[in-house]
Amino acid sequence: MAFDGNTRAGKRKKKRLYLVLTTMTILVLAVGLVLTALEDSISLFLDPSELKERNIADGQHIRLGGLVVEDSFVKDSDGLTYYFDVTDGAETVSVTYKGSLPDLFREGQGVVLEGKTNSKGPFNASEVLAKHDENYMPKEVMDSLKKRGVYRDANEEESI
Amino acid sequence: MIVEIGHYTLILACCLSFIQGTIPLYGALNNKGRLMAVSAPAAYGQLFFAILSFAALMYAFVVSDFSVANVARNSHTLKPMLYKISAVWGNHEGSILFWALILSIYGAMVAYFGRNLPKTLHVKVLAIQALVGLGFYLFLLLTSNPFERVYPFPMEGNGLNPLLQDPGLAFHPPLLYMGYVGLSVTFSFAVGALIEGRVDAAWARWVRPWTLLAWCFLTAGITLGSWWAYYELGWGGWWFWDPVENASLMPWLAATALLHSAIVVEKRDTLKSWTVLLAIIAFSFSLLGTFIVRSGVLTSVHAFATDPERGVFILMFLFLVIGGSLLLFALRADKLQPGGLFAPISRESMLVINNLLLSVAAVVVLFGTLYPLLRDAFTGDKITVGPPFFNIAFGFLMIPLLLVMGVGPSVNWKRADLKGLASRLSFVFLTSLAATICFFIISGGGDIMAAVWLGLGLWLALSTLFEWAERIKIFKSGAIKRMSRQPRASLGMSFGHLGLAVAVIGMAGSSFWSTEYQNVMAYGDKAKIGGYELEFIDTDGVTGPNYTAVKASFDVSKEGIFIDTLEPEARVYLTPPMPTTEAAILSTFSGDLFVVIGEANSEGYDRWAVRLYYKPLQIWIWSGVIIMVIGGLISLSDRRFRTGAPKGGKK
Repeated sequence: MAFDGNTRAGKRKKKRLYLVLTTMTILVLAVGLVLTALEDSISLFLDPSELKERNIADGQHIRLGGLVVEDSFVKDSDGLTYYFDVTDGAETVSVTYKGSLPDLFREGQGVVLEGKTNSKGPFNASEVLAKHDENYMPKEVMDSLKKRGVYRDANEEESI
Repeated sequence: MIVEIGHYTLILACCLSFIQGTIPLYGALNNKGRLMAVSAPAAYGQLFFAILSFAALMYAFVVSDFSVANVARNSHTLKPMLYKISAVWGNHEGSILFWALILSIYGAMVAYFGRNLPKTLHVKVLAIQALVGLGFYLFLLLTSNPFERVYPFPMEGNGLNPLLQDPGLAFHPPLLYMGYVGLSVTFSFAVGALIEGRVDAAWARWVRPWTLLAWCFLTAGITLGSWWAYYELGWGGWWFWDPVENASLMPWLAATALLHSAIVVEKRDTLKSWTVLLAIIAFSFSLLGTFIVRSGVLTSVHAFATDPERGVFILMFLFLVIGGSLLLFALRADKLQPGGLFAPISRESMLVINNLLLSVAAVVVLFGTLYPLLRDAFTGDKITVGPPFFNIAFGFLMIPLLLVMGVGPSVNWKRADLKGLASRLSFVFLTSLAATICFFIISGGGDIMAAVWLGLGLWLALSTLFEWAERIKIFKSGAIKRMSRQPRASLGMSFGHLGLAVAVIGMAGSSFWSTEYQNVMAYGDKAKIGGYELEFIDTDGVTGPNYTAVKASFDVSKEGIFIDTLEPEARVYLTPPMPTTEAAILSTFSGDLFVVIGEANSEGYDRWAVRLYYKPLQIWIWSGVIIMVIGGLISLSDRRFRTGAPKGGKK
């Protein structure tokens, strides 16, 4: 049937065409946005063993999770830079961090650090994460510790 | 004993919801009036028992009955009464019971206020409402019984996470739940209409107030949560794109879209099947949000492994509700006759674009939230999708939305005159554009996006005011009279849009021009930020009901004039032992001064790690949202929604 914009059925078709075109435009825009935005915003979660095994190129944005090693915590004389080690039981990584630590940060506790990979020196954390839920142990860290056989089932965690 | 009554009434509520969801529905489908009459009384009865059950649980928390497992895990005798009560919904079991309670409240409200609905539709809506409720009751009874006893019972409870012991968070979940569950009504109406095979203007007039009500609660609830994060977490941030926040944002986006598409159904009798679909999607987002957040599935897929029963139940329930309603939609949508036509430049088209952008934005948030799950399932990589993804993808979708929002209300229904529209709005548009360029130049050519967002906020504010002024013909005689005679719904729209404009300006200011200062300070040290000067005076030990704290005091002055003393605290709670920071905030029209103290330096107790933030226009965000909610409430009071019900009109 010829495309007739004057009859009622034709108008409906025309209207539908506009709708489809608008929808497509917005969808294409959205998919484009999603793909470009996603590229820079994904960070892989690794534990210290994986960080050493995987040979990830320098400058990659990752999250490193593990337990803060007891007695490894040192505060620099400037009062704002911290040095500590993070372990999964098998491997240990040294970390530096300048900034303020979250309330829940303690030696022997789980921690998740954000930062860029750097094979030369210690892992330079740009952020120490404190998620605002009531699990004292980040889930990823717990999984990693279980995998490495370190996690002692002291108290089964409760999920809110 | 009271606890057992709670358990027993929970079972009774469950049974009643089963009756309400089946017998009247059978009656409605076979036109048996007597069976249909069961519907409303069952809804009232279900509410009665749900209240008793919830009251029993609350009683257990108030008297700290630690023989109840749930109380022992989440409460403590030393906790202030407010937090004993808020702990009722601060845990998995209690929050699901709370959900079921609110669901039955809405059910009873529909039963009462919907008496004038066509009988068969009323019964169907109530039946769907009850069947959703049945799912929740069964979930409680089979997998998450809040009344479970422990033996031997502990002498003292575990306490509630101190971060959650805060007035903001005590009221955040109830508001949010009122919003989430309010969408169940719209959902029930949508499914009811699909079974009836009829969607018309009257239906839309019924659906809109419920959506508006849910939307108001949702908006207020999300903001209260954001405000809590802002002052309690001590980072000065107010939105983190955390899965928990995303879970509440998605239903909000869908509800906002629904709010607008329902107008089209009501005024122009078109976009019907889309509106019904949107109602289903909005509630699906609420369910997804509730369960995914509650089950902890989003931090890790393996969370289900700790309690496979719950996980399986949740998946089955989601599958039944979402899959079932979508299937019904697919089967019945063609029964909904398409209505009026409209031109590409018309109010309808503007609302369609609004709907498309909002839905796509919701899907983008959904994708960003679930992508880590998908990636883990397929590759085993554990990843997180960071805020930049959402800021870019979501943010850019909001730009056309804000542009269209400025135009939409000025466009005529059915067909609009593009030239006339352009000439009317060109002044407002050029003013905003000029202002944007000025912002950019004044701010020293910083981030161009800051100027863009400020300009968009200004554009929305100006165009909303312009449209309002034009509507009441402000410069002609009788403007006051016309102003007072405006339909409340239009006035509500103006408030809602203006509120968003104010919030957008606040977000731009707070996101792009925040300044931060971190240092170790000794008594008498001074620091400067955001035009303020702070002097660290001293610290003092304080003891609260269930915590000890160090309270610091800072004298704040501006240009040598003393303004206020800010007293941030570093608290250590007793049970569970946990440190928290209590920020001190000085809020003004132009910005917030935010002070947090960290731990004492190891060298001595007179040197403390101090963080200062200056957040320009922060208060605009909260004020904007308050204006939006006021707009929603004004719109809700429109007499059209009352006269929409035949009997209500006769009164």
